[in-house]
Amino acid sequence: QFLGGLGFVMVEKGTSLLKMMEISVAEAEKRTGKNAVNMQETYTVYLIETRPVDAASEGTNPVPDSLWRRYSEFELLRNYLLVTYPFSVVPPLPEKRAEFVWHKLSADNMDPDFVERRRVGLENFLLRVASHPDLSSDKIFYSFLTEENGWKETVFETGFQAKADSRLKALNATFRVKNPDKRFAEMKHYGDELQSVISQLLRVRARAADRLYGVYKVHGNYGRVFSEWSAIEKEMGDGLQSAGHHMDAYAASVDDILEEEEHYADQLKEYLFYADALRAVCRKHELTQYELEMAAQDLTSKKQQREELATGTIRTFSLKGMTSKLFGQETPEQREAKVKMLETQIEEGEELVKERNTECEEFVKSAWVDIERFKEQKDHDLREALISYAIMQISMCKKGIQVWNNAKECFSKM
Amino acid sequence: MSGFVVDSTVSSGNSSVAIPTDISGQILDLDEDDDLEVFSKDTTVTDGSSFNASMQTSPASMINQYKFEEDAEDTKDIFVTVDNPESHVTAIETYITYRVVTKTTRSEFDSSEFEVRRRYQDFLWLKGRLEEAHPTLIVHPLPEKFVVKGMVERFNEDFIETRRRALHRFLNKIAEHPIFSSSEDFKIFLTAAPGELTSYKKQGPGFLSRMGETVKAVAAAVRGVRNRPQEFTEMQEYVEAFSQKISSLDKVTQRIVREQKEYLEELKECGPTYALWSQSEEELAEPLKDVAGCVDRCCKETEEQVKNLNDNLIPVLHEYALCTDTLKAVLRRRDNIQADFEAKTEALATKKADRDTMRDDLDKAEDRLEWANNALKSDWTRWQKDMRTDLRSAFVDTAERNVNYYEKCLAVWESFLHSQRTDAEGNGNVDFS
Repeated sequence: QFLGGLGFVMVEKGTSLLKMMEISVAEAEKRTGKNAVNMQETYTVYLIETRPVDAASEGTNPVPDSLWRRYSEFELLRNYLLVTYPFSVVPPLPEKRAEFVWHKLSADNMDPDFVERRRVGLENFLLRVASHPDLSSDKIFYSFLTEENGWKETVFETGFQAKADSRLKALNATFRVKNPDKRFAEMKHYGDELQSVISQLLRVRARAADRLYGVYKVHGNYGRVFSEWSAIEKEMGDGLQSAGHHMDAYAASVDDILEEEEHYADQLKEYLFYADALRAVCRKHELTQYELEMAAQDLTSKKQQREELATGTIRTFSLKGMTSKLFGQETPEQREAKVKMLETQIEEGEELVKERNTECEEFVKSAWVDIERFKEQKDHDLREALISYAIMQISMCKKGIQVWNNAKECFSKM
Repeated sequence: MSGFVVDSTVSSGNSSVAIPTDISGQILDLDEDDDLEVFSKDTTVTDGSSFNASMQTSPASMINQYKFEEDAEDTKDIFVTVDNPESHVTAIETYITYRVVTKTTRSEFDSSEFEVRRRYQDFLWLKGRLEEAHPTLIVHPLPEKFVVKGMVERFNEDFIETRRRALHRFLNKIAEHPIFSSSEDFKIFLTAAPGELTSYKKQGPGFLSRMGETVKAVAAAVRGVRNRPQEFTEMQEYVEAFSQKISSLDKVTQRIVREQKEYLEELKECGPTYALWSQSEEELAEPLKDVAGCVDRCCKETEEQVKNLNDNLIPVLHEYALCTDTLKAVLRRRDNIQADFEAKTEALATKKADRDTMRDDLDKAEDRLEWANNALKSDWTRWQKDMRTDLRSAFVDTAERNVNYYEKCLAVWESFLHSQRTDAEGNGNVDFS
């Protein structure tokens, strides 16, 4: 069973949160206020409405609970989720700035069309989180939906900020993993490809939309010229005049067509950003694997050192070893102390390796479950998107047939 | 005395001429006279002077030359085609000739089928001859000598094909014209062997005679016409307005073609992008490949549509844009004839000497004017009717092709949708309501 603000969103009814409440981002409003540096700014806030599911089904239809949030708060929520659930493919937010625009579409964040599309995107984000098996039960998420005041403080109290900083550092670091899980390596590669190909598609689509707009709009000139021409003709006048009206209608029809296509672009964009989230999970796996490998490597080297000390053979180079060779051997007491220290370190090292190994295994398990879930969701959603694209094309063709049949009738009366 | 050809030959076997109601306001009143039904197909021009048009009987009977039959197609007795362009290389130049095939049952033709090769120059010559012989009749325009914008060489395939079609239309318009189709020049053009044509071309008024006529024409133009009848002023105004409209339509259509081509360029990249994406996917690979296929097929249809506009609508609009130049020239020539008559009227009133000769000249000028006016009025009606038919059918045709284009694209996407639905049902997935 599928619910959701956008018909194609695969949202499982039966997850904890959505069982309890309906969620929507109902409105958007402009506000002005003073920002952090005490300067006037204009920003948009979005109204989040929640309502217990039972109430609606009873038919009483009570007033929903609601609160206003701005985009930056959504960003804060998402950053918190990213850090707290590193093994989850966290749903993306709608784009911060309008990209892949074609010329008529505004790139201005305050543009009402952009705001409207963002509203829809934010609702989609909330629904996705609310239907996620792990994320939906998060307390911070719940209070984001229900507690207007003091939510920000609550988030910061979790101390996620520190984790966020180190996560960012780690994700951007370069390191080589010796034995990554093959599936994750493939997924990362897939994420890269997906991002690349969707970007390309969005670019091409935007350019094509631009051109299509031109084709339709130029036909408006027919309308104008036919009208002027009909004024100087006797028998041809009526036919020309009415044909002209249809040409005007044709030219005007492209606005709706392209507005619908923009929804399709938004669907693609969501998965463009999802690719990023997917990549982040794969990166995290690499990180945990790397840390495990580092710990294991360290343990091996310590064990080797112990062996050398025990047998007196020096296989590993150490400055101490060299100096002792040059300046004489150490005393048996000194050696004894060293061996004891190494034993402790090896013990600790083995603990660490065990820990890290568990961490790695658990991460792989959880992450892979979510990746599989994501794959299924992606396949379903994108297929729906392609179908809706086809439906759009069909609608466009039908309009074209109608207009030109009408025009043909008018022309034949010329 | 300059050459009037007075010919009272009864035409053989042709039905009586009906004067259609749409020109009834524009022609002189006719007497019910059997002679008025007479006309001849032999319009022999003995000299090409523009002031010596061929005449059959009286000016009024000129109107009857026009057979405004509704079923023109059924009585068509001459069929002309222009095809098969070929390149010819000589030491001096390279040029293209076109094959002109004529099939006819007309008695004045020696045979029923002719095949000749003609080059653009020959068409130009024919047009010139017809204009000279009939200064106030409307000759269909020829394709331009050179296209300045866009085209690079004369020998570009598209250019030759466009020109060939235009030449074909030109000859057919001549063949359909009640006066032109019986022109001797036309006959020679269709039938003469190359050598014959060249020597025939060399006949006609000498250089000095032509110069004399040109000087007269310029003088008349400078003098200007004083009392132009209202209907010709209206004609001129109409031509002015029409010229603007048709030229706008030509430009608009060319702009549409340009935009379509640019749209096509972008669309051509969509299909391959979907195909590329399908290579990274598993479940989605099929639908993505299908979408790629759909987009590619729509590209092909768009290409077809652009070609249609180029091949069908644009040439017609372009020709009628060129027509306006012809119309303006025709109106100018008529004005000159009137100006000449007015000048001679004045001269008779003021001068004392040579009154007899002058009166003679004046009579001829008056006849010439009356004849020119009537010829123009009738041909104007014919032209308007033709224009209406041609433009109507061109626009109807365009609309039809556009419907066709959208229908084909519709089918493409509907079959995709169908395949997706059958897949879904097959896999037991959720419905798409």
